[in-house]
Amino acid sequence: MKNKGEIYRISGPVVIITGLNTKMYDVVKVGNEGLMGEVIGIEGDKSTVQVYEETSGVRPGEPVENTGMSLSVELGPGLLESIYDGIQRPLPVLKEKMGDFIKRGVSANGLSREKEWDFVPMIKKGDKLNGGDIIGTVQETKNIEHRILVPPAISGTVSEIKKGKFKVDEVICTLADGKTLTMMQKWPVRKPRPVSKKLTPSTPLITGQRILDGMFPVAKGGTAAIPGPFGSGKTVTQQQLAKWSDTEIVVYIGCGERGNEMADVLYEFPEIKDPKTGRPLMERTVLIANTSNMPVAAREASVYTGITIAEYYRDMGYDVSLMADSTSRWAEAMREISSRLEEMPGEEGYPAYLAARLSEFYERAGKVKALSGKDGSITVIGAVSPPGGDFSEPITQNTLRIVKVFWALDAKLAQRRHFPSINWLNSYSLYTKALGPWYDEHVSPDWVKLRNDAMELLQKESELQEIVQLVGSDALPEDQQLTLEVARMIREYFLQQNAYHEVDTFCPMDKQFKLLKSIMSWGDKAHNALDGGAPIEDIMKLKSKDDLAKVKYEKEFDTALGVILKTMEDEFAKLRGK
Amino acid sequence: MTKEYKTISQIAGPLIFVEKTEPVGYNELVNINLPDGTTKRGQVLDTSNDIVVVQVFEGTGGLNRDCGVRFTGETIKLPVSKDLLGRILSGAGEPLDGGPRIVPEDRIEITGAAINPYARLPPKDFIQTGISTIDGMNTLVRGQKLPIFSGSGLPHNEIALQIARQARVRGSNEPFAVVFAAMGITNEEAQYFMSDFERTGALERAVVFLNLADDPAVERLITPRLALTAAEYLAYEHDMHVLVILTDITNYCEALRQMGAAREEVPGRRGYPGYMYTDLASLYERAGVVKGRKGSVTQFSILSMPGDDITHPIPDLSGYITEGQIVISRELHRKGIYPPVNVLPSLSRLMNSGIGATRTREDHKAVSDQCYAAYAEGKDLRGLVAIVGKDALSERDKKFLEFADMFEDRFVRQGIDENRDIETTLGIGWELLAELPEAQLTRIDNKYIQKYHPAHKAKQE
Repeated sequence: MKNKGEIYRISGPVVIITGLNTKMYDVVKVGNEGLMGEVIGIEGDKSTVQVYEETSGVRPGEPVENTGMSLSVELGPGLLESIYDGIQRPLPVLKEKMGDFIKRGVSANGLSREKEWDFVPMIKKGDKLNGGDIIGTVQETKNIEHRILVPPAISGTVSEIKKGKFKVDEVICTLADGKTLTMMQKWPVRKPRPVSKKLTPSTPLITGQRILDGMFPVAKGGTAAIPGPFGSGKTVTQQQLAKWSDTEIVVYIGCGERGNEMADVLYEFPEIKDPKTGRPLMERTVLIANTSNMPVAAREASVYTGITIAEYYRDMGYDVSLMADSTSRWAEAMREISSRLEEMPGEEGYPAYLAARLSEFYERAGKVKALSGKDGSITVIGAVSPPGGDFSEPITQNTLRIVKVFWALDAKLAQRRHFPSINWLNSYSLYTKALGPWYDEHVSPDWVKLRNDAMELLQKESELQEIVQLVGSDALPEDQQLTLEVARMIREYFLQQNAYHEVDTFCPMDKQFKLLKSIMSWGDKAHNALDGGAPIEDIMKLKSKDDLAKVKYEKEFDTALGVILKTMEDEFAKLRGK
Repeated sequence: MTKEYKTISQIAGPLIFVEKTEPVGYNELVNINLPDGTTKRGQVLDTSNDIVVVQVFEGTGGLNRDCGVRFTGETIKLPVSKDLLGRILSGAGEPLDGGPRIVPEDRIEITGAAINPYARLPPKDFIQTGISTIDGMNTLVRGQKLPIFSGSGLPHNEIALQIARQARVRGSNEPFAVVFAAMGITNEEAQYFMSDFERTGALERAVVFLNLADDPAVERLITPRLALTAAEYLAYEHDMHVLVILTDITNYCEALRQMGAAREEVPGRRGYPGYMYTDLASLYERAGVVKGRKGSVTQFSILSMPGDDITHPIPDLSGYITEGQIVISRELHRKGIYPPVNVLPSLSRLMNSGIGATRTREDHKAVSDQCYAAYAEGKDLRGLVAIVGKDALSERDKKFLEFADMFEDRFVRQGIDENRDIETTLGIGWELLAELPEAQLTRIDNKYIQKYHPAHKAKQE
């Protein structure tokens, strides 16, 4: 058994090594600089390695060493507020070690070994422990209590448990058989963490975005995809979700995206306050930033790094949401590596295992009963960047087969500055039914019907629009003109939402309900008035209609809406009186 | 290290295969000595104990199996110094202007390392280009990469030059430089750029890299990297604000495809290599502002869309990397409008951080959004008018139709030397919006209407 070999061949991020005894997915240190790589193929005594760092200047014959470990992440206190690259190296530490530019051959621990955490035990000597049990807590950030878990494979009786300040790699608990536990554990990223049971999602993820919460909700523990051509607002939507989702923990993976946008996130998140707790959003967030010009193999790994961290917090009993921007870049990284390996390509050059990898990833979402007995969930929201905005390409299609919610971004809407530019006709959510009881209880028993009525109206609008395109709107009968107007109100007053407006950026469920209800009831009243003989010109001129347009921007929403509803009553009463 | 090998086993297109070498580094620079005494340069693409694959930058013409191959032991580096300013170099970095060789202060690897995202500063300094469609509707900021998506026969060169002439950050007099890299453009186009640089005196603060249409295609793969290395050096070592103009990205991608085919790689969409996204990203992402450093690199690349097709892999992948795009329209060009920028598919992703009360003016976003919405609606109505005639439109719709025409005529159209400041641009926007019924201005906050709408403004004064 040799664990030292040498490089045989180098072609970009793919390196073939020889003379080393390896297992699939072992992490190896390649070359004189010890570049990190992962075994992805074995043939005879040669192993194929994808290297997570730049390989310029590396020569055949340089030594290779096998660590014998799979690609793993460090899990423990200190994950929150961190900013990692694709293989869990903290970017601030990298900056300190190698300056403003990413150089290579530098390793950095995912968790700080210096920082001490105040550990409070929850168990005592003699207790029997199983994998996944909670042994104590650490206050990780102001509002998040980090629950220290027994690694899934370990069980035994406690012979000693400590209390007080410790570093993550110091022993806090000893078992009867001599095994020791620290606050940190490692977990291989490509392997899902075990749970005791998968549950059915039943509560919606509240995002404060009207088109999402109101029209196409995703459940906590569900999966959603946002495909859209460039410039249709994918990233803004993802960032809005990361900012306002009502989960306790957010993992945001910037996978192969723009450096300047990542910088924007890094600057903005510490500044924004969580609407629930009033604390900076960063305190509940883990960021993974692997921009498009960082090594491609690390991009491939970044998605797994992110979901493993999400699973760890889920196992503590938290609701976690994970945003991956963009899964297309991840798939492209797979394609690039696959083509370097000269594998037989599937559709559009993507490897034949693309569909399997995508579904494996999305399957790691879900609501679960964790080994500790607590309920937790991971909601996965993946952005897809279809080439040319063509939804028939392999990544979009394979993703749609798996996810339950589809938010179709539309470049046409973006061009007319309708934001969020999610097409209400093409999008769908398969959770609306399962979430019905929740809405009845927490929003209003009228909500589901109200939503369906609004959707029906929008559908009707699109049919009428086809006629309008041919004959002009004046040629329609008056009641249909009114229908068009109400649909326009739903689109502009309800669906449109300004992510950059201090009030409108987040819209609670209650406000969504009241706003939609007011618009719909304006529509009902208007139709009644029309039937009663009121001229349509007068109805269109009502002040209450224009007032409804701007009420979403009001700080004192309820008061403002009350005034408008009053005006509305008066105006329609007057119309009837005529 | 300078052992010469005479073991070329195969020459295929731009590639040579060398056998029985001592270990050779990946991406290493290679000198190839021809029997006639000339030297060509190349780069290692694939290396193993048995065989080394080298791509030859000047093309493999004249090579045979007797050529000597020397591996230099280092990757390709650009000699840099402040004296680069004012120089004209070839696509491979050799002086073309008859001047002396650059006496280097440093030699920098041209592949360039990725900026640590944590070390980046989000770009937010407004660059005024003097062009309304850009400043008003798709604002450029320092550190951004904003390409022009154009087509053959459209005036993208004029627009790029106008921007290079007029671009400045308001109220600042900081040192400013232009790095211009031509990839496979014609001699005539190159002359046009050069004479404009000379006419306006811009050459003194410019570095020019020229790879022309008849220069070897493989050289195009290093030209933009040389240019960006020079730009980063001037920006981060000499605190300059550098505007990089790369033209034409399409030629670069063609060269990439050619290399991929020569290496018998599995092709991706339309024969372009599967790694084209990563490769393009390694160019585009070399723009930005770094914390604690004064300079910045802003990219303004030109990309001609084959067949005016924005879904073609080159513009498509570019659009996913760059922070927006300026789209040139053949329709507007045919109408005789300069600059024929179609604002609807154009976009600047960093616009919101570069505008507003402290940077441009408080009503900027509102005016821009309203113009966008109104113009989009007006343009839609044109389709309707073609079917039902203008008379069938409602009064409201007629106003929007007129708005679209006026918008193209007064807001989009401007002179090739007309340098509009942002107040002028927004002023024109307001004049046009004033033609619409005030109740239709739903995107604009009432307080801005009171303050800037010509009707109310006149009352106040």
